[in-house]
Amino acid sequence: MSSNNRLAYWRANLRLVAACLVVWFTCSYGFGVLLVDELNQVRIGGFQLGFWFAQQGSIYIFVALIFFYAWRMNRMDQQFDVHED
Amino acid sequence: MSLQALTYVVVGLSFALYIGIAVWSRAHTTGDFYIAGKGVSPLANGMATAADWMSAASFISMAGLIAFLGYDGSVYLMGWTGGYVLLALLLAPYLRKFGKFTVPEFIAERYYSKTARIVAVICLIFISFTYVAGQMRGVGIVFSRFLEVEIATGLLIGMGVVLVYAVLGGMKGITYTQVAQYCVLIFAYTVPAVFIAIQITGNPVPQLAFGGEIAGTSTGLLDKLDDIVAALGFNQYTSGSKSRIDVFCITMALMVGTAGLPHVIVRFFTVPRVRDARMSAGWALLFIAVLYTTAPAVGSMARYNLVNTVQTGEIGAIDGNLAYDERPRWMHTWEATGLLSFTDKNGDGRIQYYNDANPAFADRAAAFGWAGNELAVDRDIMVLANPEIARLPNWVIALVAAGGIAAALSTAAGLLLVISAAVSHDLIKGIFVPGITEKKELLAGRVAATCAVLVAGYLGLNPPGWVAQVVAFAFGLAAASLFPVILLGIFWKGANKEGAIAGMLTGLLFTYGYIEYYKGLFLQWAGSPWGNNVPEQWILGISPEGIGVVGMCLNLAVMVIVSRMTAAPPVRIQRMVDDIRIPRHTGEPG
Repeated sequence: MSSNNRLAYWRANLRLVAACLVVWFTCSYGFGVLLVDELNQVRIGGFQLGFWFAQQGSIYIFVALIFFYAWRMNRMDQQFDVHED
Repeated sequence: MSLQALTYVVVGLSFALYIGIAVWSRAHTTGDFYIAGKGVSPLANGMATAADWMSAASFISMAGLIAFLGYDGSVYLMGWTGGYVLLALLLAPYLRKFGKFTVPEFIAERYYSKTARIVAVICLIFISFTYVAGQMRGVGIVFSRFLEVEIATGLLIGMGVVLVYAVLGGMKGITYTQVAQYCVLIFAYTVPAVFIAIQITGNPVPQLAFGGEIAGTSTGLLDKLDDIVAALGFNQYTSGSKSRIDVFCITMALMVGTAGLPHVIVRFFTVPRVRDARMSAGWALLFIAVLYTTAPAVGSMARYNLVNTVQTGEIGAIDGNLAYDERPRWMHTWEATGLLSFTDKNGDGRIQYYNDANPAFADRAAAFGWAGNELAVDRDIMVLANPEIARLPNWVIALVAAGGIAAALSTAAGLLLVISAAVSHDLIKGIFVPGITEKKELLAGRVAATCAVLVAGYLGLNPPGWVAQVVAFAFGLAAASLFPVILLGIFWKGANKEGAIAGMLTGLLFTYGYIEYYKGLFLQWAGSPWGNNVPEQWILGISPEGIGVVGMCLNLAVMVIVSRMTAAPPVRIQRMVDDIRIPRHTGEPG
């Protein structure tokens, strides 16, 4: 495989990783820690929103984020023809 | 059948299952022993990782910890799950592509240095022994409560079981045992949680009941909890008392530490392909999340149950508190273990439970005729006592005992394996006897595993001070030493040997020094730590539990500066980095 293709694959990977880490940071440190007091003014069901993010929401988002990354990367491996087998 | 007989049967059956699996899947080669022959499916590896990860602390202590900490407990929930995002995105796929046996082995090859390997082995052994001693202790506690044997006897039985399947089966045996242990522990955790959720809110899903209304009223569980604990002088449940920066740093140290723990990383070496490693991290976190989203619900309901049991009427009314003679049966049971105790300070024969360390509440308490908090509850009993509090049948209690033991054993086995691999593969084969045959290396691995079990058992029985500091010590060191060198090893081709060694030592010494200064792990000054462990004294207000983050930043900074000032890594290393970034096997020299 050409080194251009390798480089393009790696750049695309880094962009995806960066985007996922922004979501990771925002939903845990952002919503669950730094903005918790502001978000606690909002309620969903019996939860204050900031508290919900800190004890429930961030975990759900982490799970979704990993599956999303795995799915996109496994597809990208095919697109750039760097997949295994 | 009596509860004790039933517990013996359930725990005995679970042990028979684990040993049966170990015999069926015993290791024949070093590949089997270290990484299960790279033949584990992503789903099974996810389950095994979840059991490996969720320790006695997750199963027994975490919900109780959150029950008493409220919002501040979020650091554990986010910290011990968010690390998997870092693992999946930044480490696991590349380390799987590298395709060797241990974490120090990656560091040795990437940084072409035996010194780096030895430093990594030292970090690994410290982290893993701190962690494993706590697990052995957990096994002992569960045994002593449910099977009514001495802690030492319980510990010996636990050691015996781990010895059989870790030594015989190696990683292969451990993996399939952990799959079974995950099923046992998650079932044991969720069944009582569902029943308690139904009793308190009428909603069977704990994650929803958590935000639901108390059955028969229109008051939300969390609102009610906020009100009653505040009325007793505690912090509101949904708001914390830790400073913002400390919550931030502890969460970050736990996340990065999780991603840097060798026994977790090595699990991703066992799957067949790079894409399996990515998926497997997702499955692992999904299985972990089942327990981690249930735990805060259990915590809030356990706190509500406790306060409600003691505070039967209006706060401050003479008959507002539970009379000691009328206390429920589960209180009797746990008093016998010493983990729950009552001292009638004001001599009224009733139990007062409130925050006597809150000066703002002292006047009110005095006006009520209260003379201090009278109920001491160990946080560890919250999960274990839950089935009794909810008056669930005996088989549920027996199951919780088996679940607690499964959680402790699965983590202990994973840790013992990375310790033995570090000794037999990194030290013996990698450094001292490079020409060792595979058969002898396998034997060395088994001997090392046996020694590790014995040391762990000893530490569990005679826990030195540092064993209690798992959160600060194991996670802080993993975050400050191993994680940064692995990360830059993959993402920065310019990282070289000198940088890695300088960085690891800086992170290690700074973090260790800070924790030592405030906690007194090994060295003490006149019987107490040198530093006064209070927020006013901490650097930037960061507690020893969160300092690993600063250690990590120092490690990264030192590594970049030293790498830039010294010679770039050889071309073959830069090619190796290119190679691990691409999933396909290219056959180029790596």
